[in-house]
Amino acid sequence: MSVNVNRYKCGYCGACVGVCPVGALELVETWLEIENTCTSCGICAKICPVGALLVVK
Amino acid sequence: MKSRYDVVVVGAGPAGSITAQTCAEGGMDVLLIEKRQEIGDPVRCAEGVGKDALIKHIQPDTRWIAAEVKGSRIIAPDGTRILMSGDAAMKDVGYTLERKVFDRVLAQRAAMAGAEVMVKTRATGLLRNNGRVAGIKAMYMGDVHEIKADIVIGADGVESKIGRWGGIDTTLKPHEIEACVQFLISNFDPGEYSEFYLGEKYSPGGYAWIFPKGGRSANVGIGVLGSKSGNIRAISLLSKFIETYIPQGRIVEIVVGGVPVTGPIKQTVTDGLMLVGDAARQSDPLTGGGITNAMDAGKMAGEVCIKAREKGDFSVRSLKEYEDKWRSTIGKEMSKSLQVKNLLLKLTDEQLNQLAHSLDGVDVSKMELGKLLTVLIKKNPRLLWGLRTLFK
Ligand SMILES: Cc1cc2nc3c(=O)[nH]c(=O)nc-3n(C[C@H](O)[C@H](O)[C@H](O)COP(=O)(O)OP(=O)(O)OC[C@H]3O[C@@H](n4cnc5c(N)ncnc54)[C@H](O)[C@@H]3O)c2cc1C
Ligand code: SF4
Ligand code: SF4
Repeated sequence: MSVNVNRYKCGYCGACVGVCPVGALELVETWLEIENTCTSCGICAKICPVGALLVVK
Repeated sequence: MKSRYDVVVVGAGPAGSITAQTCAEGGMDVLLIEKRQEIGDPVRCAEGVGKDALIKHIQPDTRWIAAEVKGSRIIAPDGTRILMSGDAAMKDVGYTLERKVFDRVLAQRAAMAGAEVMVKTRATGLLRNNGRVAGIKAMYMGDVHEIKADIVIGADGVESKIGRWGGIDTTLKPHEIEACVQFLISNFDPGEYSEFYLGEKYSPGGYAWIFPKGGRSANVGIGVLGSKSGNIRAISLLSKFIETYIPQGRIVEIVVGGVPVTGPIKQTVTDGLMLVGDAARQSDPLTGGGITNAMDAGKMAGEVCIKAREKGDFSVRSLKEYEDKWRSTIGKEMSKSLQVKNLLLKLTDEQLNQLAHSLDGVDVSKMELGKLLTVLIKKNPRLLWGLRTLFK
């Protein structure tokens, strides 16, 4: 379970990091790191202002 | 970098830099770290600040003031305009900043007060001693270092992890964040007022803004409440807004960001740790403005740090003074804003128009927001019943 980041779309704003209930996301300069603790809950994908995240089940 | 400081501040935004400066001026040994290689860049902000609130902390300087505005204009869904200007309105607007420069200047002031500053340095965890927070782990240029401190300040913004690592759950729920996109639009004259476009028509659960940025340009953006984002996204709404209202505009910069609109949270301190600014969710839940709240909180946190060192006590007992202070000042305003916001969320566009029309013939131009709301409540008691005790 995880999310895919479209790196060509992402504006590295960190909003998704702030909403992830399990702290699976980390913003390092201009890229997102995703830990395997992700539960595919989809909250990050919902709030991303540019729609750069896609949940994979 | 040393292996021990009195204070380690994580994040060099306005909250972190003011905390670091205050602590350093009080004679403390301070490290301020920022994970980005350039402080303040990329920007995640519409850069509007109130004059009075800013001047409390720093004298305006043309290096980082992009534009000065005369007041604000609120636009109802049917286009009705409410103009607010004069001294009272200046509580909420006044300048549009150039935050790339502003944030760096604040960090430089901390440095000149004696704080050590490290960029490209990311906190990756907390150190503990007998269960209490005792410093951080930080990565600099690929290497992890352990840095001990009497107190850690989490000034790490919307994506804050410091609180969570310290046992304070600051996770934002979807309805507690505004998902925003902004373009710096060139080739048009935005006039001399900051504009706020309210209603579902522009944005579900948020608003659209046009903040003049000087030289025929403006920050034009839209925030959408996270719980309403998904099928509708801020970026597509903004593109539509610009096509409709500023077709001649040219996009010269894109800004993406999330603003916490939680209202005051329950806990912002624990033994050996304090949260300030967006990390403590201290931005205003109605306007999304967080710069000067972050600076106020940074100052309060710094002053409490200095006292804590004099007492030799960095436990919650001593740090609670910070929590009491921010709650009774910026926290009070945030609570009011949250109630207004919650009520606005329930109003339809038709009702918003009705509110705007109820001001026909009233000179609101010299009123501040609180006074304006009082008038609105008087004229629309049924619609705004829930707010009657807030503004008297
Ligand atoms: C689109 C948008 C428009 C806005 N418009 C306005 C406005 O017009 N007026 C206004 O007053 N406010 C506005 N805000 C809110 C304002 O930007 C914030 O409230 C303000 O920046 C908060 O300051 P801060 O110091 O708490 O956090 P930030 O300015 O976000 O600084 C936090 C810093 O911490 C760093 N950091 C994070 N994690 C780590 C780590 N692990 N290690 C090291 N460093 C780390 C980050 O890189 C960042 O530099 C807006 C926000 C957005 C998103
Ligand atoms: S919210 Fe979207 S744009 Fe922002 S960092 Fe996450 S994926 Fe990127
Ligand atoms: S899908 Fe849920 S758990 Fe996974 S990264 Fe996004 S918010 Fe976190």
